[in-house]
Amino acid sequence: MYAIREALGAFKRAPVLTGLASAMVGLALSVVGLFGLATYNLQLALTAIEERVEIAVYLRDGTSQSDIDLAQTSLSQMPEVLAVRFVSKREALERAREEMKDFRELFDDLGENPLPQSLQVTLRPGDRSREVVERISAAAMTYPFVEDALYGREWVDKLFDLQRIGGATAATLGSAFGLVAALIIGTALRIAIFARREEIYIMRLVGATNGFIRRPFLLEGAIAGLIGGVIAWGLTWGTYRGVYAFLFKVAWIPGSWIIAGLTAGAAFGAIASALAIRRHLREV
Amino acid sequence: MHVKKGEFAFLTGHSGSGKSTTMRLLHLVERPTEGEVRITGYSSDRVTQRDVWKVRRRVGFVFQDFRLLPGRTALENVAFVLEVTGTARKQITPRAQRLLAQVGLAIKAGQLVHELSGGEQQRVAIARALANDPYVLLADEPTGNLDDRATRGVMDLFRDINASGMSVLMATHDLEIVRRYPSARVFELDNGRLVYDSAES
Repeated sequence: MYAIREALGAFKRAPVLTGLASAMVGLALSVVGLFGLATYNLQLALTAIEERVEIAVYLRDGTSQSDIDLAQTSLSQMPEVLAVRFVSKREALERAREEMKDFRELFDDLGENPLPQSLQVTLRPGDRSREVVERISAAAMTYPFVEDALYGREWVDKLFDLQRIGGATAATLGSAFGLVAALIIGTALRIAIFARREEIYIMRLVGATNGFIRRPFLLEGAIAGLIGGVIAWGLTWGTYRGVYAFLFKVAWIPGSWIIAGLTAGAAFGAIASALAIRRHLREV
Repeated sequence: MHVKKGEFAFLTGHSGSGKSTTMRLLHLVERPTEGEVRITGYSSDRVTQRDVWKVRRRVGFVFQDFRLLPGRTALENVAFVLEVTGTARKQITPRAQRLLAQVGLAIKAGQLVHELSGGEQQRVAIARALANDPYVLLADEPTGNLDDRATRGVMDLFRDINASGMSVLMATHDLEIVRRYPSARVFELDNGRLVYDSAES
């Protein structure tokens, strides 16, 4: 109760100082926020591409319906498989016509349909890794009536490489930005507390326990962090709107990320305050 | 050097003679390199830095430069000590009011301390020092920043406080003040040593 009143009182008594600390926290966190926005969109783009990872299992002409059914059932029973769809010779031709309009006449001139029937295997999200793709194609190849199992090895490899590089970059840059933000927040709150060291000494001199002195400062740090988080949220949102309107369509980061960011801001503010105040509590 | 219960004592000496250091030792702001400081039943040998608050709650302290919390009212400054010691919320404001009335500042309770005169600020500080019902009141050059009139006001307060049974130890280099209180005990320090004690002469 007392701590809450004190913490709020500090904002009233020194609005410039606490405001500046909040603004610094806000700017530091908005760098992290923008990075999050970029990372999230990159991740979305990669996931969209990843959804197109599928395996085409080509069947020999004249494979009996029961063999096809057998393969279809057993493939779809594999845990990583989302669905197995049968594509008949005729459907394959239709599709080819759709996708390659320039060659439509060529297709019309064909006497006999040269395209094979196939099973189109799609994978569950999260299981679209190189290993899974390879394992399933290998499994499909064991059937004698399977001509070939293809998954566009080259571009799938490239996609997975890209994902790995993206992930590593995000982790490295993310932690670097996070560290810089942490240092800035720490410094800002250190300055704010240094300006009030006299107050801390007086509290010690009149017999306040360390915990009693610390609590309002922790809360104040948390509030400054939270306000900083809201500022960062606003700045990131503004940038997002700007990019969306003038450059290209991007997605807004999910709410859970925002909540995590705000919580991190508040926690950081409290921790930074605790560290900054420790020194002053020892002095008198 | 030993100050008895209920005694009024002056600690005198030139600047640099060790008065302030003695006061800081009594307040456990500094620790003795040798010897021992005993105050209100606590010994400097035993009290850890984490626990000094226990000692400080039993001692009232008045500083030359007041040391009030800036940006807060007179009432808030006194109330703060009561908050610190966990006084019930309902009692805090009335008690702080009463303490301010005791030092003659009831009508200035709502004013920010930096708007008050030096004498008034020192009286707020005295009210604050009394808030814990201390055994001893320690004052380090409490009149050093005050004019004659304010000095007299502060000294009168000290006399009243002492009359109610509280020990008072006041460090000052101003022998004029000391002379005005012939009944008080006087210690004199020189170069960190006790060179005179009125009780022994």
